[in-house]
Amino acid sequence: MSASNDYRSPLAKVKGLGRSSDATRFFWVQKLTAIALIPLTLWLCYSIATLPELTYEVLIAWLKSPFNAVMASLFTVVSLKHGMIGMQVIFEDYIHTHSLRFGAILFTKLLSYFMMALGVYSILRLSLGN
Amino acid sequence: MSWNDKRPMSPHLQVYDLPLTAKLSILHRGTGAVLFVGVVLWVLLLAAAASGPQTWASVHSFLSSWFGKLILVGFTFSLYYHLCNGIRHLFWDMGKGFNLKDAEKAGIVVIVATLLLTLLTWLVAL
Repeated sequence: MSASNDYRSPLAKVKGLGRSSDATRFFWVQKLTAIALIPLTLWLCYSIATLPELTYEVLIAWLKSPFNAVMASLFTVVSLKHGMIGMQVIFEDYIHTHSLRFGAILFTKLLSYFMMALGVYSILRLSLGN
Repeated sequence: MSWNDKRPMSPHLQVYDLPLTAKLSILHRGTGAVLFVGVVLWVLLLAAAASGPQTWASVHSFLSSWFGKLILVGFTFSLYYHLCNGIRHLFWDMGKGFNLKDAEKAGIVVIVATLLLTLLTWLVAL
């Protein structure tokens, strides 16, 4: 440890400046998305299980409802965010080669954001299309 | 190097019967990884439907097959387990039940709840 660090208070060293500098926010986002996913997941399972056989017409009618379209979009975005963070933790635990770890995390994040956009676009198209 | 030491060895993962809490912890991570794949597939299902009725028809016929249903049952189980055990984790985050006895009890509740919810969902769906 360099001498200059010793002049900083312990609080200054700790405050938001951990190894990755955003560990607290990282933890909070994981918990926030987890809480949001409780009602979203229960709604999704109940909503789909109670539908009649999922033909194209039934699926369209389901997503024509604004509430269903909004909830399905939220489920898609929030679960991908939650999963993206979870996969990052798994990669950080088990992949020890720095370049591979970085690549896996980067790929997961880019894939997640792509899937968020594709998911919401598809829901809107099914919901608003003729 | 030969092993002549007769003293008991520390528990090794291959021979050590992990406690329930440890098994559930591994299952939480495992189902989490499975569900990430599941969410990506969920988006691909939506995209297939958005691309037209014909594409959806082929997806639908696959999902209706016994193999498709088996996959869906697997995802349903994973989803309910991760949900129930996630709630168990949230209680720990609040500092509640974070001791061996309660953690074990809550673990059993999670298993029972997961099986009941999975069964109930498929009874309603079929």
